[in-house]
Amino acid sequence: MSTSKISINQLKLWYGESEALHGINLEIAEKKITSFIGPSGCGKSTLLRCLNRMNDHISSCRIEGTVLIDNNDIYDPSVDVVQLRSHVGMVFQKPNPFPKSIYENIAYAPRIHGIASKGPDMDNLVEAVLRKASLWNEVKDKLHQPGTALSGGQQQRLCIARTIAVKPEIILMDEPCSALDPIASAKIEELMDELKQEYTIIIVTHSMQQAARVSDNTAFFYMGDLIEFGDTSDIFTKPQQQQTEDYITGRFG
Amino acid sequence: MNKMVSNKATRRRYLGERIFKGATIFALTIAAAFLVFFFYNMITQGVSALSQAEILVDIHYNETSAKSYKKAVDKPYRKIVSRGWMRTLPLYMEDHPELMGTNAQEWVTATADVDQYLKGKPNRLKEKHKKKIDALEKEGKVKLAFNTNFFTRGDSKMPELAGIKSAVVGSILVLLVTLAVALPIGVMTAVYLEEFAPDNRLTQLIEININNLAAIPSILFGLLGLAVFINFFGVPRSSALVGGLTLALMTLPVVIITTRAALRAVPSSIREAAYGLGASRWQAVFHHVLPLAMPGILTGTIIGLAQAMGETAPLLVIGMMAYIPDTPTSITEVATVLPAQIFTWAGESIRAYEERTAAAILVLVTILLSMNAFAIWLRKRFETRW
Amino acid sequence: MNLLDAAFYYCIAALPIALALAFMVKARVQQAFSDTKWRALPIHYAFYIAIAVILPGILFILLMSILHLLTLYTMDGSLLLIIASTLSLIGTIYGYKHIKPTFTARTSVEKVIRYLLISAALISILTTIGIVLAIIFEAIHFFKIVSLWEFITGTHWAPDDATEGNTQGMFGAIPIFAGTFMITIIAMLVAIPVGLLSAVYMSEYASEPIRNIAKPALEILAGIPTVVYGFFAAITVSPLVVEFAEAVGLHADYTNALTPGLVMGIMIIPFISSLSDDVIRAVPRALRDASLALGTTNAETIIKIVLPTALPGIIAACLLGVSRALGETMIVVMAAGLRPNLTWNPLEGMTTVTVRIVDALTGDQAFDSPETLSAFGLGLVLLVITLLLNVISIYVTRRFRSQYE
Repeated sequence: MSTSKISINQLKLWYGESEALHGINLEIAEKKITSFIGPSGCGKSTLLRCLNRMNDHISSCRIEGTVLIDNNDIYDPSVDVVQLRSHVGMVFQKPNPFPKSIYENIAYAPRIHGIASKGPDMDNLVEAVLRKASLWNEVKDKLHQPGTALSGGQQQRLCIARTIAVKPEIILMDEPCSALDPIASAKIEELMDELKQEYTIIIVTHSMQQAARVSDNTAFFYMGDLIEFGDTSDIFTKPQQQQTEDYITGRFG
Repeated sequence: MNKMVSNKATRRRYLGERIFKGATIFALTIAAAFLVFFFYNMITQGVSALSQAEILVDIHYNETSAKSYKKAVDKPYRKIVSRGWMRTLPLYMEDHPELMGTNAQEWVTATADVDQYLKGKPNRLKEKHKKKIDALEKEGKVKLAFNTNFFTRGDSKMPELAGIKSAVVGSILVLLVTLAVALPIGVMTAVYLEEFAPDNRLTQLIEININNLAAIPSILFGLLGLAVFINFFGVPRSSALVGGLTLALMTLPVVIITTRAALRAVPSSIREAAYGLGASRWQAVFHHVLPLAMPGILTGTIIGLAQAMGETAPLLVIGMMAYIPDTPTSITEVATVLPAQIFTWAGESIRAYEERTAAAILVLVTILLSMNAFAIWLRKRFETRW
Repeated sequence: MNLLDAAFYYCIAALPIALALAFMVKARVQQAFSDTKWRALPIHYAFYIAIAVILPGILFILLMSILHLLTLYTMDGSLLLIIASTLSLIGTIYGYKHIKPTFTARTSVEKVIRYLLISAALISILTTIGIVLAIIFEAIHFFKIVSLWEFITGTHWAPDDATEGNTQGMFGAIPIFAGTFMITIIAMLVAIPVGLLSAVYMSEYASEPIRNIAKPALEILAGIPTVVYGFFAAITVSPLVVEFAEAVGLHADYTNALTPGLVMGIMIIPFISSLSDDVIRAVPRALRDASLALGTTNAETIIKIVLPTALPGIIAACLLGVSRALGETMIVVMAAGLRPNLTWNPLEGMTTVTVRIVDALTGDQAFDSPETLSAFGLGLVLLVITLLLNVISIYVTRRFRSQYE
């Protein structure tokens, strides 16, 4: 494996009294696509949300263990969650563009973070980001129309564009294609393949085909435990654990 | 260096966050502070009205005092004992002829000025009377007793005898009329709109209309009451009937809207189950849906009635601010209501009315808050989650 | 005997008869119920006979009342009573003949109930029409005396000086509108920021326990009767305002516009906060998550994403608040002035539309005097503005709903 970008050590998580993650240890490689798979409720989305501390907004949620990004513990009191999230972007299950124009959807975060201000600076940034998200050609003539008017697949690519406008190093994707049709999904997968040149990507997915197609590494979770982790082709062709094999061959899940 | 540690720019942004959050807390605090100040203010003003000065006097029941009631008490007391009370003496003697020729010592109501003087409030008591009161106080012949008049008598031109009874009874009569009109019409309208109405122009018109009705300022309902009920139908002015009818029209949208919400909350599976057993649409509604929605309907009705009970403006317009010392006994008699009584007392120039106004406010607000609390309790108690 | 008495006596007589007949029929059908196959339940026949007894008479009385109201024809009460009773008798015989196993009483009863429900629903429309007509009708009388143009552009309001023949220049409503708007503006300056920020705190920051205390506390504010606010304004707030003004070297009247404005603002806080709270909570969680995941603070998310998204609903809430303030009566009657005054200074006494309405109608003038009629002219203006505000707010809310619910 290449250098590790994120390292998760003995991570435990509780929602109130119930323990949702039971001590996860995982090393995630830089500029690779890592997929989290497993049946519903296995904790894969929960783990993903730990990586940019989105769980902070759930008051009953409690965490133990460490998550290191570039060897810095993101749960350290000195860490600024706002700064953390500008380094770790997130794309959600359902496309959720802001009720603003396409241009404003992209410009929103860079303006707040002071990455670019008004005028040509911002125009260039928006164009560059939209190109990167392979959306530019489709929307360049309607930048000032509402983002919510786009199709589902376009909306999701707009959300990805919006995320990379902040110049993150890591992008978390929580089942980004589950609300999309196969053609739109294929475009997103294509996009992910391009994006991994620059970004470390973690994707939670229900589709094993998708995991097999796009990811370099795969982690299989079951009931809050990491069962197996390794090279995607290894996981799908010669799983070490019985549970993994049962899941990927469709015996449960 | 750790890129995730806050820097100058983010520290500034966090300051903005704190300022904003502080502003929201500040806003809520203003509202809360007002509430506390308001209740503190009303209670401190109103509590003193619960006691009333009384004086221990010798009463002479004889021929002279039967003719001239002032003679019943000794001269120094005539200006400090309530004239309203003295006026009742001749009648009292007529009813009790056996008292004739006797003397009695009793605690009787003092004038409002004596009362205010004892409570240390501004008053128009003359210097010699003040001295008299001080002297009586030393002898223990003056005291502040519980003000029963306030709860057992109607309005009076003498503050020491003014009470809220006729206004409370008036309020109850008005509310009964309101309830009798608004509840059946409101529930029937809601049942029709929610369960039977076809989706056509007329239904939409009715719906928009109900919404508009809820937004019309209350005083305009008073204009309606004046022009339609009084001038057109000849309903007696200032009566509980016209007040109740006017408030019923105002309460109607509240009843309709809450009843519809309660009906909507009954899941369609209940209706389908009834149909499945061969019930007609009407039977399903009247036997199953309506009883299940009853707590919701009741809650809405109580809230609507509480609103109606606190309403004053439309009643002023239809003349319900008259001076009503006697308790009304029917809905066609001239009546006043508690808020209107508060309004008239608030306009009195005699200072002793001020504490009575505040006390009447305390009574009104207590009744209204209990009604609302009861409604909320009812909703919680019977709340069914399907 | 007049119509009202006749109707009353009719009801007193007809109701027990209907009830007795209903019980009789129910017993009779119940007895024969097992022998033959009846098309409806005994209770339906009972209802049917009761309706047959009451309905003809009631309908006749209603018809006659309408004729009376339209001043077309007024029937003598005794005659009315006789005819109504006869009709009821015919109805009873007709209905009684129908009580047969082959007759489906249920559908007939349900038909009658249906019409009953529809007429109940129409009462709300009648009320609105009643308000509009009553006000317009009297307002027309007023505008026959005073020209509409003079009314809405004149700057001098002195109804006391007006006589039957001479109303020229006495009914200029501009100073009254000015007072109304001044007080409304002050009220909204208090209510909108406080209400909106409270709503933001409750929906975005407050923990569940705090929310459970704060929300009912604000609702208590909404439950305090306006006459109580009025007393509070006049007795407590007004002297405070005067003292404060003197402390900073200004002169304030006891009937200044600032006092009712401030107190009215407090009164309107709960309307704004509870309506805004609802719309803010209706903004999807996903939008907040998306914004937070981009590395924004809560405040940035609220100001830049949540509030703009909820804006239509917030605007609707504010419009409703404005319409409350315009129509509020007791606070201004008790704490604002009676004297029409055209000024920019909120420390001076000003009067409002509602104050003048109450003043015009509680005086001892004849009902058709210009001053009394002016109340309806002012009422018409108030009605038009509040209905307009309501229609706009319905429209705005609908647009918000279609987007997010």
